[in-house]
Formats: sequence, C-alpha cells, structure tokens
Amino acid sequence: MKNENLIQYIYGIADNALILGQRLSELCGHGPSLETDIAMTNIALDLLGQTRSYFQYVAQLSGDNKTEDDIAFLRTERQYKNVLLVEQPNTHFGYVITRQFLFDVFHFLLLQELQNSKDEMLAAIAKKAIKEVSYHQRFSSDWIKRLGDGTEESHQKVQEAVNDLWKYTDELFHMTGDDVKTEELGIGINVALLKERYYQKVSEVLEEASLTIPEMKWFQKGGKQGIHSEHMGYILSDLQYMQRTYPNMKW
Amino acid sequence: MTITLEQHIDPQLIPILEKVHDPEIPVLSIMDMGVVRSAKMLESIAQVKITPTYSGCPAMDVMGEDIIRAFKEANIKAEVSLVLTPAWTTDWITPRGRKALEEYGIAAPLEENADKEALLGNKKVVKCTNCGSHNTTLVSQFGSTACKALFQCEDCLEPFDYFKCLK
Ligand SMILES: [Zn+2]
Repeated sequence: MKNENLIQYIYGIADNALILGQRLSELCGHGPSLETDIAMTNIALDLLGQTRSYFQYVAQLSGDNKTEDDIAFLRTERQYKNVLLVEQPNTHFGYVITRQFLFDVFHFLLLQELQNSKDEMLAAIAKKAIKEVSYHQRFSSDWIKRLGDGTEESHQKVQEAVNDLWKYTDELFHMTGDDVKTEELGIGINVALLKERYYQKVSEVLEEASLTIPEMKWFQKGGKQGIHSEHMGYILSDLQYMQRTYPNMKW
Repeated sequence: MTITLEQHIDPQLIPILEKVHDPEIPVLSIMDMGVVRSAKMLESIAQVKITPTYSGCPAMDVMGEDIIRAFKEANIKAEVSLVLTPAWTTDWITPRGRKALEEYGIAAPLEENADKEALLGNKKVVKCTNCGSHNTTLVSQFGSTACKALFQCEDCLEPFDYFKCLK
C-alpha cells in the first residue's frame, strides 16, 4: 500500500463529514426553531472539527507543505470522495433530519470499527468522534420518531424523504479500491460488512416511527469515485469562494 | 497533533495554568476542566499539551493563545499542541470545577446512565441550578455550545444549561 491509498481512504471518510458539515452550516439562522437551529449547527461544528483532525493528518502524510486548508478548499470536484447522500440539498426540515439519520447510523457503525484500526491516528480520531456521533444519532433518531409519529403532514413529508433518499444508502457499503487496499492491512474498514447492522438499526427506528423502507432495486452511486450529483458544484463554489478569490487568505 | 499521552504536569507550572480559563465558561480554569494533559519545561520553554473537549470546539484555539499569553506574563516562552488520546471525558472535570459550574448556572454532568435517561426525557434527574428542584424537562439536546443541553425548571421556570456527560 502506498501513502496515496491511505490518503484517498481518509478522503472517503473525511469528505462525508466536511460536506455534511457544510450542508448543515447553511442552515445556521434558518432552523425551524431556535433549538433545532442550534442543534444542527452544533452537529455541523462537530463534523467540521472531525474533518480538521483528518485533514491535519493527511497534511502530515503528504509532507509537501500542504495545510488542512489546501485540502479542504483547493481540490477539484472529482477529488472529493464523499457519498452522494451527504450532498443532497436542504429542502425541508423532515428531509434534513432523514438525511442526517441515514448518515448517522452508518457513521456510528463505521467509527465503532475504525477505533480498532491499526493506524493509530485514525483510531484516535475515531475514539474522539464516536462520542459526538452518538449524540447526533440520538438527536436524528428522536426527530424521525417525532415526525413519523407526529401529524399526518409530518408523517407524509418524512416518508417521502425516506423514499427519496433511500436510493443513496447502498453506496455507503460500496468498497472502492482504496477501501480494499487499506482493509487488507487492518487500517481500513470493510464497510460491506456493516450493511446488515445498518438495516437492522434503521428498520428498528423507522418501524417505531410508523415509517417504511421503500422497495428498491436500483441504487444511485458515484460519489466515492468522485462522480457527484449536480449539487456538488454549488456546494464547492460556496465552500471554496474565499480561498479561490483571495488565495492564501487567513482569518 | 500527537496521538497518545499519559497525564504529566509539572507542579510548578500549575499556578500559571490555573490563570487560564475556558473562554466560553469563564468560571472554569483549564485545569479544572481537565484539558491539560502535560506541561513541562524543556530547555526553558514550557511545553503544554491540551486535549480537545469536542473535535470542533472553537474554544481550543483561544485556550492555546491564552496559555501562551499567561506564560508570557510570567516571562516564560510556551508552546502548545493538541493531543487526541485518551479522548477527553467529563470525568476529568475536578470537584472544584463541578462546583464552579453549578454556581455559574450550568448543571454539572451526571453519570452515564442518568445522563442518557435525562437526555431521552425519560427521567427527571437534572437539578435546577436556580432553585434545586428536580422537576426539570429537556428543551433541546444541544444547547448554546456543543457540550451542553438545554433544560427548563418546571417549578421556578428558569431555563438553564446542562453539561452533557461525555465518556
Ligand atoms: Zn428551578
């Protein structure tokens, strides 16, 4: 395995946190209530904090005077390896919560395994992050139940969100070449093996919320290979604007 | 950024470190917070290692700068770095720190199981910092910062922060 495989593997994890963190940050000041607004921006902050730890490590591994900012702000769209799920837009609160829930359950299972990675730095970051993500999962599961079991309208909206976002869940368990190479060395996680536990947890919560998983045979994928949906360009133009306009600017 | 570290603090440096406070909870010194993992003199430079409370905690950068400033006032040059493992837990908040939190109006973290019950809204176990009643309800799992949840007292109606248990 080359350093490059490890770096790409880390992008596959960190870019999910970065892009979802960016999506949630867009909601700052726009949440449906003060409490949910604060909750979502706090989750964004956790995710961006985790991203920083991963990117500082990548900067260390690259060793060519790269900084975490270069990695976050100066890559091109194809170089981001996040799954399609996290780049989906903030349409309504039920949709945001569903996206969060479908990611949180996966994120928690991934970090649970990553804590035992033979790469000490990744294990250390995972041990820190999982404490935060267990709160995220509790928050989103709680809201899925409230909305699913709420009014007729909230139920319908969140069921439609599940129907719409479900096609992005299969990609979470797709093994890329870098996943395989790092997994062989006990560094990366075999995400394919998380699938069963994921469906179990998701079904459990959805059932309690009187929601159902849609029948689906065809799933959307591509993000992990850098092939993104039409939303990604807009996210990046927002994310990268300052560094592109004023190269090397600092706060 | 280093990975793992045993706690080791040179007792001579403690008075300086105790002057540095959490910028978001000014009644709490970084020593009472338990974020200082190591502090020692190395060739007349104070080497201080701190561990983040939450990954994205914006207070960490400020604490780093404040530590350097506090040492400068004592005519000592200091260097601060972050260490990740063992990950910070609310168990490291000292008894004095817990008391300071309560007096400031933030309920101190409960032990893990009680915390879970409180945050799921199952049991009334968080004590109101204003009147001491346990008749309190969860308003939001996330409060003014990532480390806190928002509660309200049903007896005196005071809204207050609860410092979430982190293990
Ligand atoms: Zn009260």
